[in-house]
Amino acid sequence: MAAYIVRRVLLALMLLAVLSVAVFVLFNMLPGDPARLTCGKACTPDLIAANRHRLGYDQPVLTQYTNFVSGIFVGRVFSADSPKPIQCNAPCLGYSFNQHEQVMTLITRAAPVTFWLAIGAFILWIFIGVTVGIFAALRRGRWQDRIIMGVSLAGYSLPSFFFGLLLVFFVIIKWKWLPFPSYVSPFVDPVKFLQTMILPWIVLAILYAAFYMRLTRNQVLEVLNDDYVRTARAKGLPERTVVVKHALRAGLTPIVTAAGLDLAGLLGGAIISEDIFSLPGLGALSVDSITNSDLPLITGITLLTAALIIFANLVVDLLYAVVDPRVRLA
Amino acid sequence: MRQPDIARQTEKSAEEPYLSVHDLVVKFPSEDGVVNAVEGVSFSVARGKTLAVVGESGSGKSVTALAIMGLINRKSATVKGEVWLDGQELVDSNDNQVRKLRGSKMAMIFQDPMSSLHPFYRVGAQLGEAARVHRKISKAAARAEAIEMLSRVGIPAPKRRVDDYPHQLSGGMRQRVMIAMALINSPALLIADEPTTALDVTVQAQILDLIAKLQSEFNTAVILITHDLGIVADVADDVAVMYAGRVVESAPTSKLYGNPEMPYTLGLLSSIPRMDRERTDRLDPIPGNPPSPLRHPSGCVFHPRCKYKEMVPNNACAEVRPDLLEAEPAHFVRCHLPVETRKKIASEALNVSGGGATLGGTVSAAAAAAAAAASVQ
Ligand SMILES: Nc1ncnc2c1ncn2[C@@H]1O[C@H](COP(=O)(O)OP(=O)(O)OP(=O)(O)O)[C@@H](O)[C@H]1O
Ligand SMILES: [Mg+2]
Repeated sequence: MAAYIVRRVLLALMLLAVLSVAVFVLFNMLPGDPARLTCGKACTPDLIAANRHRLGYDQPVLTQYTNFVSGIFVGRVFSADSPKPIQCNAPCLGYSFNQHEQVMTLITRAAPVTFWLAIGAFILWIFIGVTVGIFAALRRGRWQDRIIMGVSLAGYSLPSFFFGLLLVFFVIIKWKWLPFPSYVSPFVDPVKFLQTMILPWIVLAILYAAFYMRLTRNQVLEVLNDDYVRTARAKGLPERTVVVKHALRAGLTPIVTAAGLDLAGLLGGAIISEDIFSLPGLGALSVDSITNSDLPLITGITLLTAALIIFANLVVDLLYAVVDPRVRLA
Repeated sequence: MRQPDIARQTEKSAEEPYLSVHDLVVKFPSEDGVVNAVEGVSFSVARGKTLAVVGESGSGKSVTALAIMGLINRKSATVKGEVWLDGQELVDSNDNQVRKLRGSKMAMIFQDPMSSLHPFYRVGAQLGEAARVHRKISKAAARAEAIEMLSRVGIPAPKRRVDDYPHQLSGGMRQRVMIAMALINSPALLIADEPTTALDVTVQAQILDLIAKLQSEFNTAVILITHDLGIVADVADDVAVMYAGRVVESAPTSKLYGNPEMPYTLGLLSSIPRMDRERTDRLDPIPGNPPSPLRHPSGCVFHPRCKYKEMVPNNACAEVRPDLLEAEPAHFVRCHLPVETRKKIASEALNVSGGGATLGGTVSAAAAAAAAAASVQ
């Protein structure tokens, strides 16, 4: 088991290294001059050249990359030879000249919003998706199953931005059941926090819950046909034990994987929901960075999201090994 | 203490069957129509005896076994007929009553040991669970029993193996674990559904020996499902031959091998490989394929493949369903041919390449029995 963990961790680190190089190289090959984009209408060739130097874009890509990586561990200084050098402390993910702030600061400000959004929706969708999915599997082919599958298909194909906008229009604007969303930390004003988050949670959870209902149902149905479930019945175990202890234990394991990865993906930012409900999370930050062609910010967010997903993958793999003894050998 | 049934059983008449099945019918509705998996199966087994159920793939052997065990989902299938186990009728009993008998009075070993154990639980836990469903014993006692059972089924180092996961065991060992699990509550009926098909030939013989040994120890009634007629002659007291969901012939083993009356049985027997024949005519398979369970032929289900159907007047083989009739004491046959004709056909067919030749392997034991019996006639 220990060897397995070490191997998986090393693999994750390697993957992250490869990915960061790829992101860096790729983003630097994008058409358009990032230095040009720093000054807009006020640009003069001199200013562009100066900005290019300040940003470090006059350096070879490899140097830029090593500067970036060393910045993460020991920090770095931008515009070192100008009268106003910018100190960026470790872990430094770069400096957004567009927003005049460190990328890390921007991200740490936006991350909690996305975190709460993702966690809340996650709990809601896992709870609904898995329980309803199991119920549908146990009622396979009967009317309950049919209705659930129909609803899930509808929820799955419902465009979430449309549904979100409908909710905003009716619940907030027309019926005024909830105030206009404006994010506050749950530690500052829990009531306002809940009032702001409840609709985004619902919108996100519906989309995922619909998917998880199907996933769970199909997974459970498949396992219910497995030979070892028949063995469990042949032992004379009560049906409840057969389903819970034998079928679900095996059937829900792959759902842990899917859930872990989906959560990680969401933690990188839920673009549509954040946009509709004006939540200043990572999704909104990504959109901003892209519309402003803010290269340092885009790079920072992309790498962070990638790291998050790799980390989630690692956690899921390790969890899997705890649950399924066969994995430990592999 | 663990085998109160045995004491009771010895007082009963030895002839009284522990399990008897009458006209068992199992149908699965499907999108293409009704699958007639089992259509009128009858047989019985007494304690300490072995009944072999043989037949081609798809003849309904497994479905019959599952129906006896109450493992056919009654919501998606129809089960009719009677299954009497130790004086209790099971088809009309409620699910919970039958569940309590599963694993205690009757147990089953499945065809594929690789997938029949739960991959996430230790062998000991799975064995212990089987004991604890039916008996109020502590976890420690269940574990001790699990270890004891593992050693009885010949697993080396059972104290260590009890903590293994199934994937750490070989196929043969897993099947031993399945046997241990089936026998942990000393059931009076054991159904073994092709317990050795997934295993190496050497392991096959060991597993069959093990079942036979434990059978005499526990005085168990055994139903051995197989399509390998070779192993039947060695271990079975009686044989029931199934075709298209029906029993077409059943008899004590020596009788069936020596004097097969149904042309299908004859075909099965002559397709057993024999050393004394040339490679080219070693196998004499029955021409044609078994019918689809969606549409069984009219008349005798075997008639489209039967070489002798012309010998019955009035096209009866194609039009009239034959019943399973007692041709001789304890010998039941489902066939329109007159008894004398059947006997003649059989003795000719089995003597073609001469009786008394030397034969090899387990497989040949069956043919040897057949040849010997045939030459006696
Ligand atoms: N759950 C089910 N639903 C529909 N049809 C089924 C079901 N189970 C079995 N059948 C069908 O019933 C028929 C008999 O199947 P069964 O498994 O009893 O055959 P078998 O004699 O055990 O064959 P084999 O030697 O291959 O194991 C087959 O045609 C099979 O397709
Ligand atoms: Mg079968």
